[in-house]
Amino acid sequence: MKGGLLSAMAAVFTRELLVFWRRSTEVMTALVFFVIVTTLFPLAVGPERHELMLMAPGVLWVAALLATTLSLNHLFASDYQDGSLEQLLVSPYPLSALVFAKIAAHWVLTGLPLALLSPLLAVQMALPTKAIGTLVGSLLLGTPILSLIGAVPAALTLGVRGGGVLVSLLVLPLYTPVLIFGAEAVAASAGQGFASVAHLSLLGAFLAVVVSFAPWASSAALRVSLD
Amino acid sequence: MTSHSLFSVRGLACARGDRTLFAGLSLQLDAGEAIHVRGPNGLGKTTLLRALCGLSRPLRGDVRWRGERTSDLAEEFAAEVAYVGHLNGVQGELTAAENLERAIRVFARGPDAALGVAAALDRVGLARLAGKPARHLSQGQKRRLALARLLVLRRPLWILDEPFTALDVAAVASLSSLIGEHMAGGGLALIVSHQAFELPGIRDFDLAQFCKVRS
Amino acid sequence: MGEFGGFAGVSRLIKFIHKYGAPKRFYRLAGRLVPWFAGVTALLFVVGLYLGLYWAPPDYQQGDAYRIMFVHVPNAWMSMMAYVIMASFAATGYIWNVRLADMLAKATAPLGASFTLTALVTGSLWGKPMWGTWWVWDARLTSELILFFLYVGYMALQASIDDPRRAAHASAILAIVGVVNIPIIHYSVYWWHTLHQPASLTLTSQPKIYITMLIPLIVMSFAFMFFYFTMLLVRVRSEILVREQRTDWVRKLVGSKQ
Repeated sequence: MKGGLLSAMAAVFTRELLVFWRRSTEVMTALVFFVIVTTLFPLAVGPERHELMLMAPGVLWVAALLATTLSLNHLFASDYQDGSLEQLLVSPYPLSALVFAKIAAHWVLTGLPLALLSPLLAVQMALPTKAIGTLVGSLLLGTPILSLIGAVPAALTLGVRGGGVLVSLLVLPLYTPVLIFGAEAVAASAGQGFASVAHLSLLGAFLAVVVSFAPWASSAALRVSLD
Repeated sequence: MTSHSLFSVRGLACARGDRTLFAGLSLQLDAGEAIHVRGPNGLGKTTLLRALCGLSRPLRGDVRWRGERTSDLAEEFAAEVAYVGHLNGVQGELTAAENLERAIRVFARGPDAALGVAAALDRVGLARLAGKPARHLSQGQKRRLALARLLVLRRPLWILDEPFTALDVAAVASLSSLIGEHMAGGGLALIVSHQAFELPGIRDFDLAQFCKVRS
Repeated sequence: MGEFGGFAGVSRLIKFIHKYGAPKRFYRLAGRLVPWFAGVTALLFVVGLYLGLYWAPPDYQQGDAYRIMFVHVPNAWMSMMAYVIMASFAATGYIWNVRLADMLAKATAPLGASFTLTALVTGSLWGKPMWGTWWVWDARLTSELILFFLYVGYMALQASIDDPRRAAHASAILAIVGVVNIPIIHYSVYWWHTLHQPASLTLTSQPKIYITMLIPLIVMSFAFMFFYFTMLLVRVRSEILVREQRTDWVRKLVGSKQ
């Protein structure tokens, strides 16, 4: 039966990638949003390199947070509308495993490209070269947490009026630890604080907690929303 | 005892919000039997079907499959049911064939699919459209695609909510004969439909008898 | 839910709750309890305020300004306690389908949010003489602020779902996720704070608290706690009436008062 579950998870995962590949504008929106928001900051505070460097870790992390929040809406919404989410709930496999596959695909489509794109924006924000590795690393560790936690409010607000804005209201307070650990890690290796390894380990620990908790919570949330 | 039936429901009560829709509902279904649930709009026919297949949580009651509670069986029970709801569960970005292939991989346990994808599409008259993205299909064609899922998964219990919606006369006849074949092969079916259809041996079930008169 | 009903003790407890937690019965019980709780609350406030404002001596550094602590600290405590209570009620309602617990959770949310808001406002008022500014990114104030956002989110979700059962269960899941997250949020905020302000005076690390300050603080904490219970009973009574409006007993009750 185990092979069956893994194959079902793989099917959900690849199908999700295929669907979004054919609907690529939605994925691109989040990425372009990430780029534009970061570009706005130098325009708002001036192009002075030292000032930008001080702000860079925070700005990049907040922009990543917002871009992910924006993308949460299409994690479940279209499946909810066409009824395939309902079908997923009556599948003969544990829902949390299938939801986990969906979240993994969401991360591959949003978090991963975000992390890979971040060095370009880091250069734009005058972040020292030595900190770029930490930036990518912290985003690779942190964005899965964002996708995992975000799945819960995304599931809870399905079919609710004003769902899109509500998701960000619900999810952003929960994101604070990720923001703190992530931005501090980058700041540390840019030479503004302690060793970044400590922050990255905290991010890793948080990820471990969230991986065990979030798929369960979001599948419970889906059952409530589709009740 | 009612537990001798393959599928038995006792004392089921469901609510929408704070309003109890029906209570004390009991029914039994054995191999080769089908039930046509009837009643005017708003009685909770859809809620009943969703509660029976485990999508929504009933207030009270006991739903048993082969004598065991379906809530205890959980996924074991899900592997025995095929549910077609109001929504088709058809993904617009995937082609008709891809939709069915996915259904087999996500919903079938093991390689015992009853019909191949091509055969199933042929049976519901969509063979020509196999490679077409599902969002370009008409309402009736999408419905037929949803029903083709019943053919690629070999499930003993069919729970169908208004399966005839958007189907043309020929397709309605073809679906009823499909359900007939399912029953002949020992399958069970619970159908909610406002549309008249010909199906020998199907029992009528009036939901209104379990609903309190509302003021 | 089968997996939870399996434990005999728990299921007996749940049967007990279902029996005595019937909204109708609880409505009457709460009605009888409210005057008592209100009386105790008033008494504790009178004693606590007297002790805090007259009996306790002024602080040698802050003078009389520190006395706002007797409102700020109990509110900060209650804001966190109320969240845990709310999440426990919500979880009970969600897991065992207990409607009264749903209503108690819903009634707790605005109370918890107002404790949080009071803690924030008094903290800011206290900050003015201490730091010379209305707002400082102090660790406790910051985590109170995030807690406030969590309450707002809970209430917004509750308000935007029409079906009361779905609203209760959806916000229950949010509250449970919040409760798991709150320790992590607090820890991360304190961690962040120590990184940026290594050795400054904070609200959290009072240099030394004297017994003459501790006694009024404890009395005031109990006063706010009883205030919470009183308000909870009042609020849950009206929530019961709203959600049971279709039943005969509510109709009779409302009819007899008109």
